[in-house]
Amino acid sequence: MPFIELDTVEKIFTVRRKTGLIRREKREVRAVDGISFGVDRGEMVGYIGPNGAGKSTTIKMLTGILTPTGGRLRVAGIDPARERTRLAQRIGVVFGQRTTLWWDLPLKDSYRLMHRMYRIPDARYRENLDRCVDLLDLEELLDVPVRQLSLGQRMRGDIAAALLHDPDVLYLDEPTIGLDVVSKARVREFLRDLNTTHGTTVLLTTHDLTDIEQLCSRVMVIDHGRLMYDGELAGLHAVGESERLLVVDLERELPPITDVPGARFVRSEGPRQWLAFPATASAAPLVAAVAARHPLLDLSVREPDIEAVIAKMYGGTREERRESLM
Amino acid sequence: MADSLRTYRMVAGMWIRSTMTYRASFALTVFTSFCVTFFDFVVILLMFGQVRGLGGFSFAEVALLYGLTGTSFGIADLTMGSLQRMGKRVRDGSLDTFLMRPAPLLAQVAADKFALRRFGRVAQGLMVLVWALVLLDVAWTPVKVLLLPMTVVCGAVIFAAVMVLGASTLFWMQDAAEVTNSFTYGGNTLLQYPPTIFAQELVRGVVYVVPLAFVNWLPALHILGRPAPAGMPDAAAFASPLVAAVCCAVAGLAWRAGIRSYRSTGS
Amino acid sequence: MLRLYATVAAGGFRRHATYRVATVAGVFTNSVFGFILSYTYIALWDERPMLGGYSMDDALAYVWIGQALITVCGLMGGGFEDELIERIRTGDIAVDLYRPADLQAWWFSANAGRSAYQLLGRGVAPMAIGALVFRFTLPSGPGAWLAFLVAVALGSVVGFAIWYAVAMSAFWLLDGQGVVQVAWLGGLFFSGMLLPLNVFPGTLGEVARLLPWASLLQVPADVYLGRYQGRALAGAYAFQACWALVLLGAGRMAQAAATRKVVVQGG
Repeated sequence: MPFIELDTVEKIFTVRRKTGLIRREKREVRAVDGISFGVDRGEMVGYIGPNGAGKSTTIKMLTGILTPTGGRLRVAGIDPARERTRLAQRIGVVFGQRTTLWWDLPLKDSYRLMHRMYRIPDARYRENLDRCVDLLDLEELLDVPVRQLSLGQRMRGDIAAALLHDPDVLYLDEPTIGLDVVSKARVREFLRDLNTTHGTTVLLTTHDLTDIEQLCSRVMVIDHGRLMYDGELAGLHAVGESERLLVVDLERELPPITDVPGARFVRSEGPRQWLAFPATASAAPLVAAVAARHPLLDLSVREPDIEAVIAKMYGGTREERRESLM
Repeated sequence: MADSLRTYRMVAGMWIRSTMTYRASFALTVFTSFCVTFFDFVVILLMFGQVRGLGGFSFAEVALLYGLTGTSFGIADLTMGSLQRMGKRVRDGSLDTFLMRPAPLLAQVAADKFALRRFGRVAQGLMVLVWALVLLDVAWTPVKVLLLPMTVVCGAVIFAAVMVLGASTLFWMQDAAEVTNSFTYGGNTLLQYPPTIFAQELVRGVVYVVPLAFVNWLPALHILGRPAPAGMPDAAAFASPLVAAVCCAVAGLAWRAGIRSYRSTGS
Repeated sequence: MLRLYATVAAGGFRRHATYRVATVAGVFTNSVFGFILSYTYIALWDERPMLGGYSMDDALAYVWIGQALITVCGLMGGGFEDELIERIRTGDIAVDLYRPADLQAWWFSANAGRSAYQLLGRGVAPMAIGALVFRFTLPSGPGAWLAFLVAVALGSVVGFAIWYAVAMSAFWLLDGQGVVQVAWLGGLFFSGMLLPLNVFPGTLGEVARLLPWASLLQVPADVYLGRYQGRALAGAYAFQACWALVLLGAGRMAQAAATRKVVVQGG
């Protein structure tokens, strides 16, 4: 039996909208419209979709904050809506844009509160804290008030706080948003390690496709409250025909590069040129081909934007939404 | 209940430590909080500088009313005052973080932003109460003596229940927080004065509809040997614990309904 | 540039106009307090007719003017300083300082819009309710109403200047709550919201009538009651204008010092 299990789960909100001075109109919004999936223990799954697609509504139902309108939902055998506090002991949650740490107090004080609030046995708390401090490099930061931490440091601190009670499931909402490259890499490395050595099940929502690429073997795409795709990331690229970008810095301004097979010229700006190639293809032969034929200074590969992939995948749907919002 | 108290202690402790990181500001807030309530009483002193009695009540009698409601309200405000700021938590979604923790929500929200400076109000209420007791010329009986602490405790519970009730409505209407102030701060102001000066409809409302009269009016009038207002029997002076219990039950039901609504609408 | 500030002011007006539930809740609360204060004043003026030179009708008008102006003139908080302090505390203020617009002028405009909305949304209704229930003094004619409005506008400027200067303290104190509390206390007591300043005895009264807070309620109320005519009216306006200039200047100086500080620290 899967560890996280959703069976035609629905969440319908009734929105009251003013249409006149007094008149109100009731409208049903199907935020989650019959979603079914299962996640096995120890899986690391990306849960992606455009804003307003139903991602956070799903997470809120999985944590027991929201009661589903219909369908069946189980996490670790627990019905989240019924036993919210019991489930809280089994799950950890990290919001990229909202810290749960105590702003004015040293980092370690927040951990001490978690220790007591989750009633973590002393030995286990020590062990978990030591491990997190070690792996997330928090030693120097424990005595620093949270308000003085950088965004990346705070995110690491937040992740540690969510793991002290040994949760079986970790929900991460945009864990790398706003972080610099080094911090991003560090967070990802930690999560990968957590998943492999600890077997923690991870559900990750993100706008950064690199997060998914580097962490998740499986990705689920949700749009309009429905599950549109469930499978490997590579498959998503194939379906969405998404492209990656090769940014090439040449020695000088040159005519557009059109002689490299498999690459399509997009635009240029002085000596810099942008080339698109299928996301499923490897960048290596392409780089070699460009380097062989042109005076190359520097280059980088840009991952396709997740919104762009999904937009491409479902063509008109996003436009429709935009119109319906107007 | 034990779980709630434990949670409350933990979270309040964190906030006290947070405040202590800004020591200068903290000292200033404790001082001003005391002064705010002190000036509140100065108004009554100024009034009595101009008149000998208010609604047939002497200064000492008004001071007794003031001290009782002031102390009760102070205790409720100290422990539950943060509830009125819950609307912000609902609006910006940070209430969700509380709901994800294995601890009772009410305790977490009530202890949120716990401010020790609000103790200034309790201290001021107690001082006025003691002053009133020194000035008053009352034939004290054991029953009347016991009635005093009971009144303070029950009054605090009634105010606290009103605050919880008010916070419950925030699950539906986050912008209506100010209405609660009418009953808490407004109630406290009302109860500082003798019931004789108010319109009878208002007094009846405070006795039978929103039973704030049980915070101090009914017990205090009994202690002062005056008739109970709005046709209440004299024995009503001892009904505060019962009224407090009913208020708690109503507030508890409203709170549950509020959470249920929040969890189904998520707004 | 003026167009920009006019837009900001309009934005301030619209922003507050969207909180309709909050406005209704506020009117309700102001009315409840108006009722409570009215009855205490009735008891007081019953004992001492013509206290402070006010008739009972004047005193009741005073109560409801006070309730109407609480938010307009920032008697108990300007309604913007929390946001400003939060921006200072989190450092977001650095962004504002690099805007082409002047920080004080920006907030002044936004506050002018807010104040105008509060006058319509929260000022008119409580006074109408009060006038319906209690018969109280009304200005003699359109000219008197106009004179009153000018005094209210000046009072609102002084209110802004006070709270802006208070918010600036957050640059140095990080947690501005202590100073906010002191200012709150000043507003509560020395604005005359609890008791008219001309009822304050002796020196206390004389000093209170010279402090900036007198501009917020006491002066507009006396203009409303027709106690200033001709040159005296000009003098009352000048009193308000003087405090406005002094406090706005103080706010500017603090702002300049803070800007240097932020720039030196790099935000």
